[in-house]
Amino acid sequence: MATTTTTSARAQSTAVGKRPRAPRHFLATVAKTVLALVFVLPIIFMFISSLKPDSQIFADLGSLKAFLPVGHISFANYTDVFSRVPILQFLMNSVGISAVTVILGLLVNSLAAFALSRMRIRGKRIILTLIIATLIVPFETLALPLVWWVNQLPWLQINGFDLTFTHGWLDTYRVQIIPFIANAFSVYLFHQYFDSIPKELDEAARMDGAGWFTIYRKILMPLSGPAIATVAILTFLPAWNSYLWPIMVIQSENLRPVMVGVEYFYQLNVAWGQIMAYTSMITLPILVLFIAFQRSFVNSIASTGVKG
Amino acid sequence: MKSHKVRQLTAASIAVLVAGLSLAGCSSGPTSAGSSGASGNTITLWTHNAGNPAELAADQKIVTAFNASQSKYKVNVQAFPQASYNQSVVAAAAAGKLPCVLDIDGPTVPDWAWAKYLAPLDLGSSIANQLPSTVGKWNNKVYAVGYYDVALAMFARKSVLKDADIRIPTVTNPWTGTEFNAALAALKKTGKWAAPLDLGTSGTGEWWTYAYSPMLQSFGGDLINRTDYQSADGALNGPAAVNWATWMRGLVTQGIIAQKSGADANADLINNKTAIEYSGSWAAAPLSKALGSDLAVIPAVNFGAGPKIGGGSWEWGMTNSCGNKAAATAYLKFSLQPQYQTGVAVAAGTIPADQSPASLKLDPSYAPGGTNEIFAQMSSKFAELRPPTPAYPFISTTFTTAAQNILAGADPKSTLDQAVQSINANIKTNNGYK
Repeated sequence: MATTTTTSARAQSTAVGKRPRAPRHFLATVAKTVLALVFVLPIIFMFISSLKPDSQIFADLGSLKAFLPVGHISFANYTDVFSRVPILQFLMNSVGISAVTVILGLLVNSLAAFALSRMRIRGKRIILTLIIATLIVPFETLALPLVWWVNQLPWLQINGFDLTFTHGWLDTYRVQIIPFIANAFSVYLFHQYFDSIPKELDEAARMDGAGWFTIYRKILMPLSGPAIATVAILTFLPAWNSYLWPIMVIQSENLRPVMVGVEYFYQLNVAWGQIMAYTSMITLPILVLFIAFQRSFVNSIASTGVKG
Repeated sequence: MKSHKVRQLTAASIAVLVAGLSLAGCSSGPTSAGSSGASGNTITLWTHNAGNPAELAADQKIVTAFNASQSKYKVNVQAFPQASYNQSVVAAAAAGKLPCVLDIDGPTVPDWAWAKYLAPLDLGSSIANQLPSTVGKWNNKVYAVGYYDVALAMFARKSVLKDADIRIPTVTNPWTGTEFNAALAALKKTGKWAAPLDLGTSGTGEWWTYAYSPMLQSFGGDLINRTDYQSADGALNGPAAVNWATWMRGLVTQGIIAQKSGADANADLINNKTAIEYSGSWAAAPLSKALGSDLAVIPAVNFGAGPKIGGGSWEWGMTNSCGNKAAATAYLKFSLQPQYQTGVAVAAGTIPADQSPASLKLDPSYAPGGTNEIFAQMSSKFAELRPPTPAYPFISTTFTTAAQNILAGADPKSTLDQAVQSINANIKTNNGYK
C-alpha cells in the first residue's frame, strides 16, 4: 500500500512537474522563432527584392508581399549589376585578401601568444596588458595616421634578378593585408587557450628533446582547434567586410574589395534592386561557408567563450 | 646556449630591418616629394563616377579624344564611387598622393583651395560661356569649372493639383509662401496621403544644406554673413531664420511632411504615396517616364526674398601638387569645348554649363521651348551659391544637425543660436580661414 502510494505520489508529482514545463517549452520555442525571424527576414527580403524592379520593392514594403516572390520577377537586377560593377574581380580580391589575412593572422598571433604564454620573457604580463590595451583605440581614429605611415613604408621589389627598394604601399594588395595580420584580440584569445593547456605536456616534450617551435607546432597547435577556428572567423569577417580602409588606400579599381562595390550604386537615383542583387551575391559565399561549417563554428565559439 | 642563439638571431633580424628601412628612406620611390599625379607627361585624373557608367563613359570619351589629339601628354582615368569619394581624396592628400586632375563637389572647392589641395586655374576665354554657378572661385581666383549644373524643383501630378484646385506655378510666376502653404493644407485635407509633401528628410550628408538652405534664404536668412564670411550671427539666427525654422517644424507637427521620409522619393510619388516630391532636375527623367504628360515640374517657392535654389555641382580642378601642371591645364582647356562638356551634361541628364548656342544645339532639351528648359531657367534665375568659404564643410554639417534637431522638436531660436556659436568658434579657431 505504502509502495502504491509512493509510486502514485511520484507519478503525480512528475505529472505536476511536467505540466508547467510544456508551456515553458512552448514559450521558449516561440521566443526562439521570433529571434530567428529577426535575423532571417532581412536576408529573405534582400534575396526577394533583388528579383523585383525598384518601384515594386517600395510598393510591396507595407505588406507580406515584401518577403514573397510575387509580381514582376526577373534577374534583370543581376544582369545590370554585372554591367555596372566588376563584381567577379571584387569577389576574387576579397577572397584572396581575406584568406591570406586569416592564414598569416593565425600564424603570427598564435606565435606571439605562444611566446607570451610559454616562454620566460621579462615583463610579459606588461606586454600582454599593452597588447590588450590597444583594443580600446577605435580604428577610425588611427586610419588617417596609418595611411600616412603605410605610405612611408619600404618594399623590396623583385624583377627577375633585379632587387629594388621602393617606398609607399598605397594602391596594393599588401596594404589591405599586412596591417591587419597582427591582432590584439587574437593574441589574447590564443594566449588564454594556451594557458589552459597543461604545461606538463611541454615538459614531457622537452624531455624528448623538442624545441620551442616543435612544442608550438606539434603540441599546442593541434590541441587548439577551437581557438584556431574562432580566430579564423573573427579575422575573416572584418577582412571580408573591410570598407573604410580600402576607400582610403586603394585607387585602382582592379584592387578593390567587394564592400566598396556597394557604393557604386549610390548615385542621385539610387538603384535599390541592383543593391539587393549585389549584396545577395556578396553575402552568398559567406552564407554557404557558414552553413557548411556551422557545427564547428558554434562549437569553437562555445568552447572559447566568445560571444557576440 | 639556445637563448644566446635566439638573441643573436633577433639582433641580426633587427639589423636587417633597420638597414632595409634606411635604404628605403634613401631610395627614390615612384613619386618625388612634393609632387604627385604625374609620371613625366602622363597624368592621372580622378572622377567620382564609378558606378555611373553613362557619365564615366562621357568623361572617358574626352580623355580618349585628348590623348588622340596630340602626342605630348597622356591622361589616365581612375574612377571612384561617389559616396566615399571625398574620403579617398582627403586620404590621398594626407599621403601626398593626389592626382593631377580631379572633380570636386562645387561647395567643397574653397575648402580644398584653402587647404592647398587645389591650384588656381588659368583657363582664359574657355570659361566665358559657363553658367556662373559652375565656376568654382575663392579669393577672386578660379579653382574649378563644371560641365553642368543641377536645379532643385518639386514634382507632382498635374491631375492631383487640378483635383485639389491648386494652380500650377511657373518660373515667371512661382508660388508664394502663402500659396504653397494653402496648397499643402488642401492636399492634406483630402486625407489621401499620410504626408502629402516629401521634402526628402531621409536624405543624408550634403543634401540637407543643398535642399533646405535655399528655403532659409528665400525667407530672408542665410548660412553666414556674406560680406566677409566671418560670422553667422544675424544670418542664421535672425528673425527670418527663426521663421524658416518654425515653418519647417510646423510641417512636421501638421502632418504635411514626415520627420523621416521614405528611402526612395521617386518611387513614393510614382506609387502615389506622396503628392509632391521635393527633389532636383535629376529626377525629371525617371518621373517623366513613369508619369508622362501628367508630370508637373514646380519651381522654387518665393517665401519673401525671392525663389532660391542651390547652385554648383561637380567641377574639375587641378591639384597643387600636380607634377605636370602644363599637361593638366592643356587637358582642362581641351575638355571645355562645347561638344565635350555638353556631352557629359547630356550623359548625366543635367543642365549644360556652357550656355552658348553651339552647346544648346547639342542638347536642345535645355534650349528655349525644350522639355527641360525650366531647369535651365531656374538655374540662371534662382541659383544661389552655397557660401564660397573654406568654412563651408563645417557650416554645412552644423546646419544639418541644427535642422535635424529642429524637425525633431528642438526650440528653433536656441538651436540656431547654438549653431551660430559653433560656426563662429570654428571660423575663429581657423583664424578666419584667411
